[in-house]
Amino acid sequence: MTLAPAIEVHDLVVGYDALNAVRGVSFTLPRGGRMGLVGESGSGKSMTALALMGLSPTGWHAAGQVLHDGVDLITETDTSFSKRRGRTISMVFQDPMSSLNPVRRVGDQIADVIHRHSKVSRREAMKQALDLMVQMNMPRPEQLARSYPHQISGGQKQRIMIAMALACYPQLIIADEPTTALDVTVQKQVLRLLNAAARDRNTALLMITHDLPVIAAMCDTVAVMYAGRIVEHGPVQEVFRSPRHHYTRGLLDSQPTMDNIALDGSSRLGSIPGMVPPLHNLPTGCAFHPRCAAASEKCRAEMPELGANGAACWHPVKEKAE
Amino acid sequence: MTLYIVRKLAFFLLAVFAASIAIFLLIRGAGGNVAAIILGKDATADAINALAQQYGLDRPMVVQYFDWIGNIFRGDLGRSFRTNEAVTDLVVSRLSISIPLCVSGLLLGLLIAIPAGTYSALNSDKPLGALITILSQVGIAVPVFWAGILLSLLFGVRLGWLPTGGWTNWSADFWGAVRSLVLPIISLGLILGASLTRYVRSAVLDVMNQDYVRTARATGMTRMEALLQVGLRNAALPIATVVGLQIAELIGGTVIIETVFSLPGLSRMILANVAAREVIVVQSTVMLIIIFVMFINLIVDLLYGVLDPRVRLAR
Ligand SMILES: Nc1ncnc2c1ncn2[C@@H]1O[C@H](COP(=O)(O)OP(=O)(O)OP(=O)(O)O)[C@@H](O)[C@H]1O
Ligand code: SF4
Ligand SMILES: [Mg+2]
Repeated sequence: MTLAPAIEVHDLVVGYDALNAVRGVSFTLPRGGRMGLVGESGSGKSMTALALMGLSPTGWHAAGQVLHDGVDLITETDTSFSKRRGRTISMVFQDPMSSLNPVRRVGDQIADVIHRHSKVSRREAMKQALDLMVQMNMPRPEQLARSYPHQISGGQKQRIMIAMALACYPQLIIADEPTTALDVTVQKQVLRLLNAAARDRNTALLMITHDLPVIAAMCDTVAVMYAGRIVEHGPVQEVFRSPRHHYTRGLLDSQPTMDNIALDGSSRLGSIPGMVPPLHNLPTGCAFHPRCAAASEKCRAEMPELGANGAACWHPVKEKAE
Repeated sequence: MTLYIVRKLAFFLLAVFAASIAIFLLIRGAGGNVAAIILGKDATADAINALAQQYGLDRPMVVQYFDWIGNIFRGDLGRSFRTNEAVTDLVVSRLSISIPLCVSGLLLGLLIAIPAGTYSALNSDKPLGALITILSQVGIAVPVFWAGILLSLLFGVRLGWLPTGGWTNWSADFWGAVRSLVLPIISLGLILGASLTRYVRSAVLDVMNQDYVRTARATGMTRMEALLQVGLRNAALPIATVVGLQIAELIGGTVIIETVFSLPGLSRMILANVAAREVIVVQSTVMLIIIFVMFINLIVDLLYGVLDPRVRLAR
């Protein structure tokens, strides 16, 4: 028998008052699958992630369907949703500096998650927490476990966060820019650990990042978000090699690669003209049309849906000849 | 933690020392000839000299200072010029009113402020939450004496449930003493509670928006659990700081309340002795109050160390 997907999202709409930051997002992430989510700042990636966790900011609404572990999370009560958070679905946040409780020892913070969701004793929970710290490549875990967050480095804090997210063998981990707050050298180690640990547990990963090479290295599929919608979604290799949506094309062109960074310092880096539209002033039709060179009358009037080619575009970019 | 305690204790002793010099200089130095002050305008030079000699007021200031401070640490606060009573004895009976009043007033204030402030922080959109905020604003604007008078009019005069003033000793009539303190404590607690509510509210609002509360939620705590186990624990830090800062206000409130309810507490004793020009009594009791305030602040500091590892473990 095949397991149900780790998560199945249909027409997710998230916003406050009459403004929507997420406007009809759908995707399916199979067990153990890895999906990257990219897009410029403000495109709605974090709001999508928080809505999946049932942790939208106060005053925000979330509608649609989020199927996970046999239930629709959108209609879950807070109490029963709480029993899933950290157990079947967990999240790693962007800033490890502020995401740990400053007045509790880090070992206890991991053990708390285990103790809350399983019937094991406090002592056993702590033993498992120490094991997790070893898996997270943390030397001398007993000593480190007794530290408070302010006593350890950012990279160590983020490993603690990841250990907390992994502790109960969840079906899905959502990682929202988990390494942007860290040093470049530490970023790689932390990602490698997250990657390996998730793979060992067959945990699905929803990876939000601005770092396209990370997506290329870690993910099976990538979804590109713009103004609250997924505008392109497909296997990483295909999307990156041959983007069909003009926004994806622009994103890729604005990435530094070996051959567009000239050694003399002059750069041929492209950039997308214009800015992400504000929520209260979204363009009609394809929201990208004011910034798109290929925009037509139709683009301004009608909103394109994701097509069989994986892109929501009336005039897709021509496939690159191999 | 040991290092932290030692440092705070040393600081406390240093502050007490500095305060004692300041008080001594203010009262002795600024006041001129103490013996002349005590005896008043009509005293003869001989009488002044005799008194000065009798109490050692003719010795150098430095000697007098160390004599005074040394005696204080031995528990001897000096004697009244007029009645020759030991100040220590006077103070002890007064403290049996002032300390219960002060401490219970503070506890009542916290007992009101913590739930009220927390509720209004989390339910500002509900009528009760808004009502609490308004009431706390009103409470801040009401002077303590006014609250005391209103309460004594209502419960003392109109309903006749509690005495509007006066005092019977603890040993003579325990329940009578308790009854005498109820309205003063409520007046003090309400006013203190009103201003603390505002601080608790903003501390809880701030803490509940922190990333670590979101982490707590993301690892499976319900909203209530996150509030009780993570939110309030962290909000305790700023609240402890504010309580420390409010101690002086609390003592000021006690002076007023003791006057409104005619309680023979320590602060009224000071006022009476200022009027009677009892220099030594005033000097010693003021010093005592300052030590008390600093001691409470020391406790708050130590509590802060217990509550916050970042403070405790700082090098
Ligand atoms: N607390 C908030 N109140 C009001 N608007 C918000 C809030 N948080 C986010 N938004 C708006 O919602 C939209 C989506 O924001 P979101 O944080 O999901 O973007 P993002 O794709 O995660 O961006 P980034 O890459 O910067 O993290 C943006 O227009 C943003 O301004
Ligand atoms: S739909 Fe039109 S405006 Fe939008 S990306 Fe495609 S071509 Fe450009
Ligand atoms: Mg974000």
